[in-house]
Amino acid sequence: MTKKNWEPKIVCFACRWCSYAGADMAGTSRIQYPPNARVIRVNCSGRVDPQFILRALKLKADGVLIAGCHFGDCHYVSGNYQTSRRVELLKEYLKEIGLEPERLRLEWISAAEGTKFAETMKSFVNEIKLLGPNPLADGGPE
Amino acid sequence: MSTEEPKIGVFICHCGSNIAGVIDIPQLVEYTATLPNVVVAEDYRYMCSDPGQDLIRERAREKGLNRVVVAACSPTLHEPTFRRVLESMGLNPFFFDMSNIREHCSWVHTHEEEAALEKAKDLVRMAVARAAELEPLVQKEVDVKASVLVVGAGIAGIQAALDIADAGYKVYLVEKEPSIGGHMAQLDKTFPTLDCSSCILTPKMSLIGQHPNIELLTYSEVREVDGFVGNFKVKVERKPRFVIEDKCTACADCLEVCPVNVPDEFNTGLGWRKAIYIPFAQAVPNAYIIDTEHCLGMTPIACGKCKDSCEAEAIDYEMKPEILELDIGAIIVTTGFKLFNAMEQLEYGYGKYPDVMTNLEMERMLSAAGPTDGKIIRPSSMKKPKDIAYIQCVGSRNERYNNYCSRVCCMAALKQARQIREKYPDINVTIFYIDMRAFGKGYEEFYESTSREYGVTFVRGRVAEVRGSFDSDRIVIRAEDTLLGQPVEAEADIVVLSCGIQAAENQGDLARVLGIQLSADGFFLEAHPKLRPVETNTDGIFIAGAAQGPKDIPDSVAQAKGAAASALTMVTAGRVKVQPYAAVVNEELCAGCGICEASCPYGAVKVVDNVAQVTEAQCKGCGTCAAACPNEAIAPQHFTMDQIIAQLDALFQEAR
Ligand SMILES: Cc1cc2nc3c(=O)[nH]c(=O)nc-3n(C[C@H](O)[C@H](O)[C@H](O)COP(=O)(O)OP(=O)(O)OC[C@H]3O[C@@H](n4cnc5c(N)ncnc54)[C@H](O)[C@@H]3O)c2cc1C
Ligand code: SF4
Ligand code: SF4
Ligand code: FES
Repeated sequence: MTKKNWEPKIVCFACRWCSYAGADMAGTSRIQYPPNARVIRVNCSGRVDPQFILRALKLKADGVLIAGCHFGDCHYVSGNYQTSRRVELLKEYLKEIGLEPERLRLEWISAAEGTKFAETMKSFVNEIKLLGPNPLADGGPE
Repeated sequence: MSTEEPKIGVFICHCGSNIAGVIDIPQLVEYTATLPNVVVAEDYRYMCSDPGQDLIRERAREKGLNRVVVAACSPTLHEPTFRRVLESMGLNPFFFDMSNIREHCSWVHTHEEEAALEKAKDLVRMAVARAAELEPLVQKEVDVKASVLVVGAGIAGIQAALDIADAGYKVYLVEKEPSIGGHMAQLDKTFPTLDCSSCILTPKMSLIGQHPNIELLTYSEVREVDGFVGNFKVKVERKPRFVIEDKCTACADCLEVCPVNVPDEFNTGLGWRKAIYIPFAQAVPNAYIIDTEHCLGMTPIACGKCKDSCEAEAIDYEMKPEILELDIGAIIVTTGFKLFNAMEQLEYGYGKYPDVMTNLEMERMLSAAGPTDGKIIRPSSMKKPKDIAYIQCVGSRNERYNNYCSRVCCMAALKQARQIREKYPDINVTIFYIDMRAFGKGYEEFYESTSREYGVTFVRGRVAEVRGSFDSDRIVIRAEDTLLGQPVEAEADIVVLSCGIQAAENQGDLARVLGIQLSADGFFLEAHPKLRPVETNTDGIFIAGAAQGPKDIPDSVAQAKGAAASALTMVTAGRVKVQPYAAVVNEELCAGCGICEASCPYGAVKVVDNVAQVTEAQCKGCGTCAAACPNEAIAPQHFTMDQIIAQLDALFQEAR
């Protein structure tokens, strides 16, 4: 694929209670956003194992988005606090292995925030486009 | 993983033109047929319909399918439908996965057909890969406690409580105020029939007070909700009212002696009450309460007059808050609304000019039992007004406040205008409106006759400003008449602001305690706007009335009855299925490090003899432990490592 028509490939982990429902809301409201991401539904953002993220990046995901409920709204009380800590640590690790930490993004999106889901997709895709393809794709840093 | 070779059937739904209008279905089917383990790939116009379901059953029989993927709408909508299809043909319902190519694809990439097709291929491939890793799970049934908690006792909560209690089940009705009744108790007459609000409400209130199946907990709030559908553990705090409900005879002797005067909330501050008071004459329970904020002091006793005066010995200055623990099968939330705070819309001068009042204040003024005995007077001069102007959509249909229409204020203004004209034919009433909305049964007719027979004047246009007149004590209203296309100025003696309806105070906190969601406008979110309007996404919790969105009384009652029926369905069945997603430990991999124990929000996992052990009944399957475990030794069922990795790997394997 030439660089010109390269489109980032993004994987999004969304908790079923808030963010997956928020993505559904974007759908029912017919809010259009770029088609770069594929959503994997999990019970809670707290389920997102750092290994999933690292594996996705190794598999050449250009970006990973984790979406969960706002603080205080997690269906499992505190799952999202743990998510937030894990993502912070993981961003540090990404820097160490030579990947831009911006490729990993965490957003709190409620079931009502269809607009926010779509806006997040737009801005994340734009950000990743500026970063370019995942460097691991060309046998870059491991 | 089960040993049987996966034989996956993939069924792709057109959803009429909702999906097929964007995604090239024949191409998607052709592609799907090439995926590993897929033995059937077929499409149909409506997969969720009977013929669609039959198609799945037929193909499953013919080809010996042992897994099914449906690519259609959101699993939130139809996962339960298709799981039942699997069950009906003797397949484990958890051998099913859904690929969301509508909400997450065709509806949001409507003009990018090619990209949408590519995305749909990815989504289907991921679902197929996940399906191959699925494991059969046993859906447990649990007993449902034969009791329902109703939170909020306005007309919606009252109706729901009565329906359930009449069916023979125990109801705990929790109300945060000292009396039940909600806003309806404050209304004078009700549109469109103009029956007296008290006359239709108070009989229901007294039924609540007397019903053997209803335990009424007023002046109480829900503090904690634990457990799950059928088996909620609820902590309710009873705040001290300092008057023993059963002993108080509501004789009013204490009123004579209490030296403190406080603006009366029930009369929207238009009248006065004492620090010991009863909210209104027909209050249920019919017992007094001491307002600690204004009482001169109980501990130590600063005044003590009410206690001395009470022959029934109903007053207890030492009363303490009490926490009740309730076992509950289902919960109905009917916490109603809060009136838009007119102070926020500065240009209308509320709070600045005493003769600018809210629609609820006018409601109290119109009431024969209200602070003015039903007389209309100007608060500034206590004199009868000549001109009254209504301003519609205050706080509603306005980007700065609430975007939505509050649905009741047009009709409420018409009702009040008519009442005023009936009582005082010499008072002129003008209504400034954007457009009048009279959508309910009998409402349009009511609107017509109000303008025709009652001589109410209507001016179409949003009011820009309300200010005091420079040369009289009247109020000036400046607006743009959008029918005539010119600015208008009018004078009035009273301006009534048709304040809109907002989510109740602290609705967000209650949502958190209950684990349910809010919609963008702050009201509680229903599971589906059309098909599941009184359910929430949390099994066993229902919503009704204005707590779900602005609503009049007929709609509130209809919803309350719907919510009561839904709760009753669950409670009478006595059993309910719970999702079998509890975490499972692989004892060989577990190092006994206890990291999972520290991460679990529910204390559901504990290390015993160096191995993690999950208490199934406590585990909710969130999977936080799985993400924390360094050894991949623990994972919630249906969201295992293998299943999620399979989705990921499938996604990044080249699509084309
Ligand atoms: C000025 C005005 C005039 C109106 N006139 C009419 C009319 O003529 N006809 C008509 O059909 N409709 C009318 N309405 C609408 C009507 O008031 C509502 O439809 C009705 O009150 C909704 O009932 P509800 O039980 O859902 O809510 P509410 O009446 O608001 O009752 C909710 C109850 O829940 C309690 N509560 C709140 N939070 C909690 C909590 N956290 N814990 C425990 N309890 C809680 C509240 O104290 C309250 O008692 C009018 C509304 C207004 C503002
Ligand atoms: S975190 Fe993993 S290894 Fe540690 S005790 Fe829990 S299950 Fe066992
Ligand atoms: S999945 Fe794990 S963290 Fe979540 S409730 Fe169950 S044991 Fe606790
Ligand atoms: S359930 Fe949404 S983040 Fe936990």
